[in-house]
Amino acid sequence: MTVKTLLLGAAAAFVMAPAAMAERGSDGNVSIIYWQAPSILNPYLSGGTKDIEAASLTIEPLARYDATGALTPYIAAEIPTVANGGVSADLTSITWKIKEGLKWSDGSAVTANDAKFTAEYCMHPEGGCAQASFFEGVKSIEAVDDLTLKITFDAPKPNPYGPLVGGQSPVLQAAQFENCMGAKAPECTEANFGPIGTGPFVVDEFKPNDVVSLSANPNYRDASKPAFATFTLKGGGDATGAARAVFETGEMDYAWNLQLAPDVIAKFEEGGKGKAIAGFGPLVERLEMNLTDPSPDLDADTRSTVKAPHPFLSDARVREALSISIDRELLVEVGYGKAGKPTCDLVPSPDNYAAKNDFCMTQDMDRANALLDEAGWTDSDGDGIRDKDGVKMSILYQTSTNAVRQDFQALIKQWWEEIGVEVELRNLDASVFFGGDPGSPDTFQKFYADVEMYANTFNGTDPQQYLAAYKCGGEPKPESQWQGENINRFCDPAYDALIEELGRTGDIAKRGELAIKMNNMLTKDSHTIVGLVHRGRVSGQSNTLGGHVLNVWDSELWDAADWHRIK
Amino acid sequence: MLTYTIRRLVLSVPTLLFIALAIFMLLQLAPGDPMAQVPLTVPPEVKQKMREALGLGAPAHIQFFKWLKQFFIIEPMVFIDWLTNTSAWFSWLPNTDFYTPCGPTVEGDCDLRMLSWQTRSPVMDMVIQRLPQTLWVVGLAYVVAFMIAIPIGIYSAYKQYSVFDQAGTFITMIGFSVPPFFTGPLLIVIFSVYYGWFPSIYDTTHVVNDWDSMVVQIKQMIMPVMVLALQVTAQISRFMRASMLDNLKQDYVRTARAKGLSEMAVVLVHVLRNSMIAVVTVIALAIPGIFGGSIITERVFKVNGIGDALIGALFASDMPMVMTLTFIFAILIVLANIFADVMYGVLDPRIRYD
Amino acid sequence: MTEEIVAIEALQDNAPLKPHRSQGQEIWLQFRQHKGAMMGGGFLLFITLAVLFGSLIWQVDPGKLDIRAKNYHPIYTALWDSEAKTGWNHPLGTDQLGRDGLANMIAGGRTSLAVGWAAMLLSLFLGAMIGVLAGYFKKLDGPLMRLTDLFLSLPILPLLLVAVTLFRQPLRTAFGSPEAGMFVLIVGVIGITSWMHTARIVRGDVLALKEREFVLAARSAGTTSRGIITRHLLPNVISPIVVSATFGLATAIITESSLSFLGVGFPSDFPTWGKMLADAVPRMQEYPERVMLPGVAISLTVLAVNYLGDGLRDALDPRIRGR
Repeated sequence: MTVKTLLLGAAAAFVMAPAAMAERGSDGNVSIIYWQAPSILNPYLSGGTKDIEAASLTIEPLARYDATGALTPYIAAEIPTVANGGVSADLTSITWKIKEGLKWSDGSAVTANDAKFTAEYCMHPEGGCAQASFFEGVKSIEAVDDLTLKITFDAPKPNPYGPLVGGQSPVLQAAQFENCMGAKAPECTEANFGPIGTGPFVVDEFKPNDVVSLSANPNYRDASKPAFATFTLKGGGDATGAARAVFETGEMDYAWNLQLAPDVIAKFEEGGKGKAIAGFGPLVERLEMNLTDPSPDLDADTRSTVKAPHPFLSDARVREALSISIDRELLVEVGYGKAGKPTCDLVPSPDNYAAKNDFCMTQDMDRANALLDEAGWTDSDGDGIRDKDGVKMSILYQTSTNAVRQDFQALIKQWWEEIGVEVELRNLDASVFFGGDPGSPDTFQKFYADVEMYANTFNGTDPQQYLAAYKCGGEPKPESQWQGENINRFCDPAYDALIEELGRTGDIAKRGELAIKMNNMLTKDSHTIVGLVHRGRVSGQSNTLGGHVLNVWDSELWDAADWHRIK
Repeated sequence: MLTYTIRRLVLSVPTLLFIALAIFMLLQLAPGDPMAQVPLTVPPEVKQKMREALGLGAPAHIQFFKWLKQFFIIEPMVFIDWLTNTSAWFSWLPNTDFYTPCGPTVEGDCDLRMLSWQTRSPVMDMVIQRLPQTLWVVGLAYVVAFMIAIPIGIYSAYKQYSVFDQAGTFITMIGFSVPPFFTGPLLIVIFSVYYGWFPSIYDTTHVVNDWDSMVVQIKQMIMPVMVLALQVTAQISRFMRASMLDNLKQDYVRTARAKGLSEMAVVLVHVLRNSMIAVVTVIALAIPGIFGGSIITERVFKVNGIGDALIGALFASDMPMVMTLTFIFAILIVLANIFADVMYGVLDPRIRYD
Repeated sequence: MTEEIVAIEALQDNAPLKPHRSQGQEIWLQFRQHKGAMMGGGFLLFITLAVLFGSLIWQVDPGKLDIRAKNYHPIYTALWDSEAKTGWNHPLGTDQLGRDGLANMIAGGRTSLAVGWAAMLLSLFLGAMIGVLAGYFKKLDGPLMRLTDLFLSLPILPLLLVAVTLFRQPLRTAFGSPEAGMFVLIVGVIGITSWMHTARIVRGDVLALKEREFVLAARSAGTTSRGIITRHLLPNVISPIVVSATFGLATAIITESSLSFLGVGFPSDFPTWGKMLADAVPRMQEYPERVMLPGVAISLTVLAVNYLGDGLRDALDPRIRGR
């Protein structure tokens, strides 16, 4: 035993000691891969999920949705409700209390002024804010004192948890962004690439569309977290490579949103280094039935507008026949595997709002044929296609270009042809289909087809705005430059009355009842919207990564503070 | 020679301007919408606001001149400032201050840099950030490819129609016809998944500062370099073989042999030197191709160089980025063409440009 | 004095004259000597016939989904693995949706070869035309060669990507079906961006040829420019044209497959060899045959074309021919 070894031992003990006392930074580095690389870390300037989630490591909202969809306070001390007096009885204002002693990562204190500033930043008319919809209906926002923020709406809001709640609208530091208002927003590259926040990590280096290097926030509110000293978020490549890096080679600890065929994921999982985890939000892949006539013979002002009802899809029996001739189980098996469940609904979750219909679960060709016969559509000229009064039952079925969607198209075409419906398939480039250009004939809003397929969802856990889209007059039409959300051109005064009622109702159970009723009007009763697959999200998690629960209601990295290494 | 070079450089300016215009027009005609990636839950009015914030909707010629000014005046100013203020080599020069950034605190006249629509950050910063990765991987691939291809080419030509020549032709042809998006994943499955020797993901933040980190760097570069080299080897060895065959039939070879020189000296000194003239110009002409050709390899191994940036920008309809990258490719090609012609004159004393 | 003049012995024709052979026969004789070229040509002929008429013999719709028979292995797998899911109804197996492998190989090959041939012919046509015009007409030489230089300065692959990403939709609408639009786009862009080398070589040859005596003779006989070009110049530059053609075909097939890999090629329900290969890459451990079959088909075709090109060059060049 020489002096040297003794010294070394002492030195080692000295180094070990702090690690044993506090846990922060004790687990070294964690690497995750997003095959779509983040390009900016300011969610207000980008609508992309990848950017919002990457930013969620550093900046936090007042409150987030947890894995069950319930609100959990983050910057706020508690969730304001009518019961605790945080939400006014007439539902027109909400008052948030900020946690006491909360610090930004640069050491300064978080105040209500930061939150107020963030709202003004996004509501600035020249800023081009991507999350402006969260701030809709906000009349005024004021910092009552250093820790109290009051948001007033211009009308009663049964769901007042829009502004500054959830991963899409986190709170920015006023000091960092104060000169970035309005048109100047994009010029603040430094701030947009490294926002100062209250989250568990701080951005060290950001290479756009490539990699984000972060390290533990020294001022994080929980002194023992995060367990990882550094965090690397690598972007780029494709989903296959990302899955391989987690499941087979173990280079990465987490891979986001593995949009791969189910058999491919299953095969990769055999690599044994990680597992696939799935979570289900309200995302539904659905068929939208056009209730208006998309015939190219009509002039531009009439085509696909309420002035011309559809020759056969306006009959609910026909729509039902088309719906029940689909084998949804098979679609799930082919396209999504673990990441999908068959559904008949428009709102499949959260539980409170889900109707859980099962009328469409079994494929029933006989009943489909009977329904079509009953509606008067028979094959009178013997060419294998049903017709009535000289009109052939021929459907143009469009969707965006995507391998799974084209597989679905091919399968559904086969089933519909079995019940005597002629089907023509069309797929359009996503940038055009979802592009919303009023000059293009190929957008999903214009709906120059009989049936179209895509997936849609809503923010947060409340479907009010989502369901309100189907109100009379809300359809895309020439007068509105083809903007509007009522894609099917659905119109039912009874439905509009329910929208009204939902807007006035604050009680959660009652809201659930109303939402289920509305969902059924659109699906079970009228088959206007034909749900196909309730799509979840599949991510890959290394076996050595602990503390993570997949969250589909908020950023997937919402619990990064709790992540740790399983030894 | 110098006047020739200068004349070529001056003449290339209108060509480049024309190319810039052509690329710009191509992008103007395109129907892509940069907002297509934004989720459906973002309402159309918001999308319209975002579009306006990007400067879409200004007349085409104004956009074009704005781009020209940004590329040829503002970006060089930024670069010169950087050189004289912070760069390691030129910071001894007096600090310059040509560029007035449009920062949050600046009022009045300022120079707006070219901003990418995806990242809202200067396009050139991203190009500078990504260029080293591409240069390293692609450059090394070329070095490796030459070291393999030149001996194969020489020997194949010397023993024309021998078994070695036939096998060489066959193998290089296979190498040429198998696309890199197949060889890439194949190598990953073999060397990353089964053997675990090399990483399948390229770490762009890795810093080389000692022997161990050098080993890590070599390990992560080996697979992308080999995949790229396989493609290039095939082409260069075919070219080398043809060039050698041409020269082997020349009279000076017979003379050299008649002098009693050894075969070694005849082939490796006389013939090789003359064959290399043609091959060197091919190298110069191929330089721009290597950037384009690396697009797929970069994607497979996540090298995130400029090829990958171009693909990403295209899918996101990020026009300033696409325009700038494509134009940089064009500049590289024009310069390489000039370089090839000049090299030709330098290497071959029979050619004189006057 | 009608004495017959007798040639000295050395000049007498003792052996009968070799029968006269037409140029075509000469070329064919020389070509036959090149074994690689014969094999390459044979294979190319076979594969072309197979993709053209294969669907008449194997009448399975490549797009038909037979979901109960998905993920079949090719029939030969049964040789070493009797457990494998195979069936004579799908001799080359099926994919994850039960689409027949053989039918897809046939349909995919038809597209891949069509893209290859069409792009190659287009670039040859453009290259030969511009080369001949520039070489023959002095006035056109300057502008046309500047144009060639300009095209040589264009960044081809990035531009190809830009064009394919940005114009797929308008062309698809213009041509009615997505496949036709994409075909025209890919062929057009590859063709338009790869004619320059041919043009340069042809111009050089034409510049030299037009000063030769036979052209002068033809001109003095009153042959029009058009006649001189088609009858005298074009046949003489055929050799460089054919050689540059061989790489063109291979490059076009590979370019198309790269576009498919990047997701900007033909629509997803439309098979090509390159797309089949790209789609099968994630499953290559479990179903290696799905990458091997299209991969081998592409490689062999490219190889065949190259050997064919070698042989044709030797056969068409009169200086080599007969040696």
